[in-house]
Amino acid sequence: MKPVQTARYPEEARGALSFGKRFRPHEAVILALLFFCAAVSILTTLGIIVVLGAESSALFKEVSLWEFVSGTSWQPTIGEFGILPLVNATLMTSLAAMLVALPLGLGVAIYLAEYASERVRETLKPILEVLAGVPTVVHGYFALTVVTPALRGLFGQESIEVYNTLSAGLVMGILILPLISSMCEDALSAVPRSLREAAYAMGATKLETSVTIIVPAAFSGIAAAFILGLSRAVGETMIVALAAGAGPNLTLNPLKAAETMTGHIVRISGGDISYDSMDYRSLFAIALVLFLATLALNMVSRSIVKKYREVYE
Amino acid sequence: MSGREDFAVNLASRHARGDRWRLMFMLSTLLAIVFLGALILTIVDDAFGYVVMVDEVDQRSLVPDDERLESLDAEALRAVIDERLSPRRYRAIERERPFDERTAADLYDIVLYEIVKPRVAETYTLFESLFARRSIVEETTLAHPDGELVFRSWVNMRFLSTSQTARPLTTGVLTAVKGSILTISITILFSFPVGIAAAIWLEEYAGDNRLNRFIQVNIYNLAGVPSIIYGMLGLAIFVRGLERFTSGSAFGASTSGEVANGRTILSAGLTLAILILPVIIINAQEAIRAIPGSLRQSSLAVGATKWQTIWHQVLPASFDRILTGAVLAVSRAIGETAPLVVVGASTFLTQDPTGVFSKFTTLPIQIYQWTSRPQAEFRHISAAAIVVLLALMLSLNAFAIFTRNRLRRQKRFG
Repeated sequence: MKPVQTARYPEEARGALSFGKRFRPHEAVILALLFFCAAVSILTTLGIIVVLGAESSALFKEVSLWEFVSGTSWQPTIGEFGILPLVNATLMTSLAAMLVALPLGLGVAIYLAEYASERVRETLKPILEVLAGVPTVVHGYFALTVVTPALRGLFGQESIEVYNTLSAGLVMGILILPLISSMCEDALSAVPRSLREAAYAMGATKLETSVTIIVPAAFSGIAAAFILGLSRAVGETMIVALAAGAGPNLTLNPLKAAETMTGHIVRISGGDISYDSMDYRSLFAIALVLFLATLALNMVSRSIVKKYREVYE
Repeated sequence: MSGREDFAVNLASRHARGDRWRLMFMLSTLLAIVFLGALILTIVDDAFGYVVMVDEVDQRSLVPDDERLESLDAEALRAVIDERLSPRRYRAIERERPFDERTAADLYDIVLYEIVKPRVAETYTLFESLFARRSIVEETTLAHPDGELVFRSWVNMRFLSTSQTARPLTTGVLTAVKGSILTISITILFSFPVGIAAAIWLEEYAGDNRLNRFIQVNIYNLAGVPSIIYGMLGLAIFVRGLERFTSGSAFGASTSGEVANGRTILSAGLTLAILILPVIIINAQEAIRAIPGSLRQSSLAVGATKWQTIWHQVLPASFDRILTGAVLAVSRAIGETAPLVVVGASTFLTQDPTGVFSKFTTLPIQIYQWTSRPQAEFRHISAAAIVVLLALMLSLNAFAIFTRNRLRRQKRFG
């Protein structure tokens, strides 16, 4: 056999024609860059934990953790750092929000997934998405200028304060309604058709099918939506900053003003605040509580969704 | 009883119950739509309507009997200014820009707002103005005999083209709009490349190992962190930690006399970028995942490297969807308020932002500040500012849809 004619393939051109892998330094650089960009998310999390942790531990040198968790008065000027009033207000607004958003959101989801025709669904879903895209400061404006006066008209001017947690909570419910309804609708639509057909074949009406078969089958998805909605409500800021009132107040009366965790952070940091003061550090301690609470809620929600996916795929 | 009757025994009540609940489900859907309608109607309602203007100085005392202030020429207006304006204000306005260089319209504004000083005595909403016009007229002639009832659109050219001032009648959103646009530009410049790169890594390169799974879970968790926490992060890292860079002092930028202390547009933009990064990554990942594997395989089969495949095939084919997802995230960033308050938006700016090292305010911040004021005029101008904000968001979305459709037409595959 004749050897391959090397004359036609000069030495310097060989690299270009070989089908082996060539070392491309710029691709290695690109790869490193891509990985770095993905790692930015880890840096962000680390940043959050380090910043919140460092500033709050500086606070906890002065204030005991027990005092922080169980104190019933939050007055940084006289050195009282009990987070309960803030947590209480947050829970009240969130509860009001969930009382609005859960039944309504579930109702919307059942209607869209089970009853509405294709055309109605295609028109209504974008409208709800628009509602979800409205900036929260606009909701805050709505709470203060429409819902609060309406509530005052309803309950009487004296019995309800200008700033109150009820108004903030109700509008917050409107804010998270689209989130809950779209997540619930996804969960309901993911229930296999065969389950519906089986229920109909047994003679169940549409309502009986929806309520006794479809909703329980999608329950984990609905629960996940509920928990995610709760997490959004806990972290929501502008509505409570505008409508719920300024000044921590430990009260169970939703008609009174009370400041939530987020509302307090915004009000204090919006003013003149000196770094390295107890005031400043206490904000980070509140933020840490907020971060841990929402993180826990989000993780529970995600783990529920994951479990539910395993059942239906 | 036969089986058939047995079956039918409860049928009527069961169907009735079904109908009742069907109505309930429809009603809750209707209610959700009504909320959206109420939200938009309130804003429109407050952004337009009758106002009763009362002048501090009677306009007729300034001009000859048979003339009106609006119809005076520049020379006559100058005469009024020379005669009536206090020397201190005169010098201040002269220093801003000499009177000789000002136009007649400009001079008219000065006469109106510096000498006549109109004040809003009463405001009405659009619905009151439309449906209760007669009682409004009666009421105002009684309560403000020397007042003038005019229909005012709180969103007007003056409002759009004026910088921030302390008085609701003369203030404008220009400062806030400039701030919003500059901030969002920084956000886009940082978050688009990083977000898309991260998505490429996760979808195309990342192996199924512990580190990459952790990155993915971490991104999902970050997407659920309340925005105010990002504000705290921005305050600690960008405003305080990197103050030398974000205040511009490391680059020798002068902040024109005003010390911004790192509370700059750059810090705000970067904070928002970190905030929307998880959403951009998740959306871009979905876009890349939607590209069929056959496209990659055919590119690899003709000898392209992995990166060449991504750069020349995968990215162009998925770019329209990546863009849509990213713009959705950005329009969320435009409306963000809480993190920027924490990062340190200014409550009052005497000059418009000029660059990334300027102090800042943005539209939502402005709305927040105006809404928290108790006076009725501020309620109307915050409604007007909301109209501007929603218009800005809408035009951004429209631009994105337009670009996406253009990209789709040029696309070869997918």
